Amino acid sequence: MTSDIAAILGIDGIATGAVYALVAIGTVLIFTVTRVIFIPFGDIAAFTALTLAALDAKRFPGTGALVVILACLATLIEIISLLRNGELRLLPRALLFYLVLPLAVVGAAWLAMRTDPPLAIRLVLALMLITPIAPLLDRIVFRPIADGSVLLLLTVSVALHYALVGLGLLFFGPEGVRTEPLTSFSTEFAGVLISGQTMLIVIAALVFSGLLYLFFDFTLVGKSLRATAVNRTGSRLMGIRPARAGTIAYLLGSLMAGVSGILIAPVNTVFYDSGFLIGLKAFVGAIVGGMTSYPGAAIGAVGVGILESFASFESSALKDVIVFSLLIPVLIWRSLASLHSEEEIEE
Amino acid sequence: MSEMFSMRDVTVCYDNVEAVRNVSLSVEEGQIVTVIGPNGAGKTTLLMAAIGLLASRGRMVFQGDDIGKMSVEDRVERRLCLVPEKRELFSDMSVADNLLLGSYSLRDRSGVQTTLDEVYDRFPRLKERQRQAAGTLSGGERQMLALGRALMAKPKLLMLDEPSLGLAPLIVREIFRTIASLRDLGVSILLVEQNARAALETADYGYVLETGEVVQSGPAKDLIHDPRLITAYLGGH
Repeated sequence: MTSDIAAILGIDGIATGAVYALVAIGTVLIFTVTRVIFIPFGDIAAFTALTLAALDAKRFPGTGALVVILACLATLIEIISLLRNGELRLLPRALLFYLVLPLAVVGAAWLAMRTDPPLAIRLVLALMLITPIAPLLDRIVFRPIADGSVLLLLTVSVALHYALVGLGLLFFGPEGVRTEPLTSFSTEFAGVLISGQTMLIVIAALVFSGLLYLFFDFTLVGKSLRATAVNRTGSRLMGIRPARAGTIAYLLGSLMAGVSGILIAPVNTVFYDSGFLIGLKAFVGAIVGGMTSYPGAAIGAVGVGILESFASFESSALKDVIVFSLLIPVLIWRSLASLHSEEEIEE
Repeated sequence: MSEMFSMRDVTVCYDNVEAVRNVSLSVEEGQIVTVIGPNGAGKTTLLMAAIGLLASRGRMVFQGDDIGKMSVEDRVERRLCLVPEKRELFSDMSVADNLLLGSYSLRDRSGVQTTLDEVYDRFPRLKERQRQAAGTLSGGERQMLALGRALMAKPKLLMLDEPSLGLAPLIVREIFRTIASLRDLGVSILLVEQNARAALETADYGYVLETGEVVQSGPAKDLIHDPRLITAYLGGH
């Protein structure tokens, strides 16, 4: 391998890793706040790409129908739960959040589609359509078992992923899509051609990580999410509702997954089931970071991207095997490193 | 004085075991009420039920509202606060962030800075260490932070679970002085303590809890001279 090829592979790896980093950060965010390892995260990213492709083709995406169905289901479950707990006074807020807002988003997207919107608007529409999915799934699937073990939540999360893949086939069809690059700009650095899309991916990952840092460090809501992650009982004693913190985490997480879906769509052909590998590789990155550290997850995910890039050059057929094999030494190292930290869990 | 908080025939079960049985007690406005008793008597369980972390049977009234079925967060929004035995601090976060989160439940944010200044005046040590992570504080400082964080919510009733647990005698005296001074701010206090003497010296009224039941109650100044209590809890002969 020459240094030129190594540089190209390195840049390609950083770009792929940056996409994984966005998903990995979202995975860590949701895990720390809700204890759910949200496997369908990659599906959210893939659905965003498919949504954007449909919008580009001037078709109303299947995401709209998916959101409407999920919103109706979530509303029904919320009403039953409110009736059971005698909390009907909360009904207007529940209707607004679980029914009116998601339907308004779908309605707005449907209206906007009639005007042949420019690319920037289509990007916003794709993100708007995708962000309600994870919070609605949280209400339907995870909220009723919120006190279950991490293993139960993980098992349900895997099942949910398979359900979503099926729904993806139903709503988006079996064809793969590749969207137009967001920019045709490219530049040469040290003899290596770097595309604008690659730069955009890295910049977007940096900007969103930075925004997340500002949100967590400088806003009360961000701090309340961190508090829920650090100490659930302690945060409840401050009046922070874990369910609300979870919803915010799902909203933010799906926004990040959505952005990564938009960024990856011009680079890779995305199918209804492409999300699994994106999610799994981001998950490997998050595990490298210990599932609790955002910078750790981001660095781990970029590492996974670079490893994947070099692995696919050496042996395209074995690239996934090589990437997932990384988990074994990392898990051994993690389990050895965390032997004496159990007593630090409380306080 | 009007009644701030009351429990009537409250029973709390772990699985099928009754950890607290038919307990009734009340806290008047501006009063310090203590619940003393041996280890395992159900004191902590009682406070966990009062804040809503454990389900209970019976009636619980706070400022005229039946709060028995309310969530923890709804009780906190009504300014009923608990400083638990384990403190439950946010160990990775700074002292200042812990205190700020104490005010999370307040809708009116205009007075938060003033309350923070008051807490720093009360516990200057916390101000010195405001940028330090809560997990790096000493035991006494953690208790101060837990108290300060609860005060940030401007509680009407503050429930304290074993505030002296594991602290050096000098710090214990400081903590009890602080508790006594909170009465002057108009905060009602329900204090659960194993350190019965210190608790009764600070409190207005006391309940004795044994194996989940109230076996004795009365003004603290009477209980502190009760021969049975002196033998059982106050280290006398």
